[in-house]
Amino acid sequence: MNGLAINNLSMRFELPNGSAVQALQDVSLDIKQGEILSVLGPSGCGKTTLLNIVAGFLAPTAGNIVLNGSDVHGPDAQRGMVFQKGALFEWMNVRDNVSYGPRMKGQRASEYAGNVDHLLDIVGLGDFKDKAIYELSGGMQQRVALARCLANDPDVILMDEPLGALDALTREKMQSLVLKLWKETGKTIILITHSVEEALLLGERLIVMAPRPGRIHKEYQLPFADLGVNADLREVKKHPEFGKVREEILSMIWDMEEEIMGRTEAAK
Amino acid sequence: MIPFLLYLGFFILSFVAVRAVVGGIARTGFSSLKTVTFGDESAVVPDRRASILSVIALFLLWGSFTGSALLPSFLHMPGPAVGEFTFEHTVQDADGNTDDATVTVLVYDPEVTEGEPEVPTVDPGDGFAKNDAMIIETYDSELARLQNNDELTRDDGTNIIAVNGEPITPGGRLEFDFGSITMSTRGSLNIAPDQGLQMEPIWLPPPEAVVSRLFEIANDGFRNFTLLEHLGYSLFRVVVGFAIGAAVGIPLGYAMGLSNWFRGWFDPIVEFMRPVPPLALIPLVIIWAGIGETGKIVLLFLAALWIMAIAARAGVSGVNITKVHAAYSLGASKWQIMRTVIIPNSLPEIFTGARVAMGVCWGTVVAAELVAAEQGAGMMIMTASRFQNTDIVILGIILIGVIGFGIDILMRIAERYLVPWKGKS
Repeated sequence: MNGLAINNLSMRFELPNGSAVQALQDVSLDIKQGEILSVLGPSGCGKTTLLNIVAGFLAPTAGNIVLNGSDVHGPDAQRGMVFQKGALFEWMNVRDNVSYGPRMKGQRASEYAGNVDHLLDIVGLGDFKDKAIYELSGGMQQRVALARCLANDPDVILMDEPLGALDALTREKMQSLVLKLWKETGKTIILITHSVEEALLLGERLIVMAPRPGRIHKEYQLPFADLGVNADLREVKKHPEFGKVREEILSMIWDMEEEIMGRTEAAK
Repeated sequence: MIPFLLYLGFFILSFVAVRAVVGGIARTGFSSLKTVTFGDESAVVPDRRASILSVIALFLLWGSFTGSALLPSFLHMPGPAVGEFTFEHTVQDADGNTDDATVTVLVYDPEVTEGEPEVPTVDPGDGFAKNDAMIIETYDSELARLQNNDELTRDDGTNIIAVNGEPITPGGRLEFDFGSITMSTRGSLNIAPDQGLQMEPIWLPPPEAVVSRLFEIANDGFRNFTLLEHLGYSLFRVVVGFAIGAAVGIPLGYAMGLSNWFRGWFDPIVEFMRPVPPLALIPLVIIWAGIGETGKIVLLFLAALWIMAIAARAGVSGVNITKVHAAYSLGASKWQIMRTVIIPNSLPEIFTGARVAMGVCWGTVVAAELVAAEQGAGMMIMTASRFQNTDIVILGIILIGVIGFGIDILMRIAERYLVPWKGKS
């Protein structure tokens, strides 16, 4: 059975002061092989917790994750992760960062060098292979992070706001790159983002989560990711449906934020 | 007070002069366009001309107050009076009769004159008080036995009542161009020739004396060991003590950063030992290990150990958890994460710790050698001070400073090569 199954996932954090937070409650999702799923939601809705559980960094209090028929316990190379920032190894140059996964598996340079060079060319860093990480701009660093993840050939790529720290223009270019890589490699991708536009552009399927307790609020099937693979993303944004869905999701999230504020006010 | 005022004057004068003649230094690059520089620390760069003048000022003051031969004599502070001078003293006998007599004093510089010079011969003159002569070393004072050759002595009831016409009583003091004269309670005159403003070599030798000592000790050695051996022993102790301290401390710090049990076990020990200054351990180490090499190295090991353990622990806790997560999800094992993430990521912290530890070790070794040692930089200055060889003491201090500075520079260069990413992520 191929694909990623998230079954009745619940996560409860006990706080030191005795109270508890229900970060996730009964979250279930089936993600097909090769699907790109974006996850949206107001802050505190548990989307990063969800991703950390799928990656294997956290054990859920209830439920389980099944990838290609086997249970997930702890992190491994099947599920690659792209972080917002700070996950590259500054003590290695670009090439060594990208080849990290294969090297840790014990591959020899002759085995991985071709693929690493190819990936660096795809992300547009062919001329920067020997540069130090701290010599690169933020956008370039995220491209290294993408290439490093791909070089390890994971089944699923988990992205935790990978473009959140970039400026608007770089971000747009990177969004195209993510779509291109998705189409070329056929990887399953779960993308967490704060940006509604980004979620719409990159998600074949989009999930809006609601907070307290964290749960799936609404799900969309969207055509924009497929459109964006071959078109300018700015053109995709002009699609009449795009604006409509964006407004709908924005007001949905807005209402959730209002509700949280109201609850906090009432609690006072 | 005078040296300090001179130094202050030199500071102000050179500031004003350089500003007036050459102008302030031009800020270069982006800083040149900044309009707000007061309060912007990044726009403050050291004015190298001030650094040069500052060093010159120190040597000028040093040379000037020690009468250094390296300086033209007009820059010297007035030195001690040398040569002959005379004064009159008035003696009164029991009946109230007075008689004047002349005292001739020869002040000689023992550094210049070989042996004691002859006492000047003087004509005794007439009256019951006779003329006298005496010799005094520079920076010395001498009780004048003026009545030894007089016809009437103190036993006959005579008293000195005036010097150069100015009355003086027991306990009194008179100032003249040639120096000061005090009268003891028993009525004798004590003559202290003017010492000038220069420092006696026993307090502060001139720079050239320190330099010539450097060559002398470098060639002939000091207390059975050459200069290089003295410094080499100190450095050897520091390097060995630090190396053992780091070899034990770094793994200990890693263990404390990675394991609950190690953290719990060693926390009380490390937290207790950290604030104990290594100098406080010297007596115990001497009792346990004696004054030989073992004791010194044990002491330096203890000085470096806690610093390195804490640095390594801080290095582990400073690892960004996303890097560890990233490595795990790229398929790295625990050992691979240790080797490729935790150790390299902690290197900047460890280097900072190593610089601190080397500084502490260098200070500790000198202090330990001051207490007890057969050779070493600290022993050299301590022994020299017992024999009042101030030039060796100053030479030792300068060498200790230069070596300490050199160690820090070497550590910084090593840091730049080994952890080029420090402070850049």
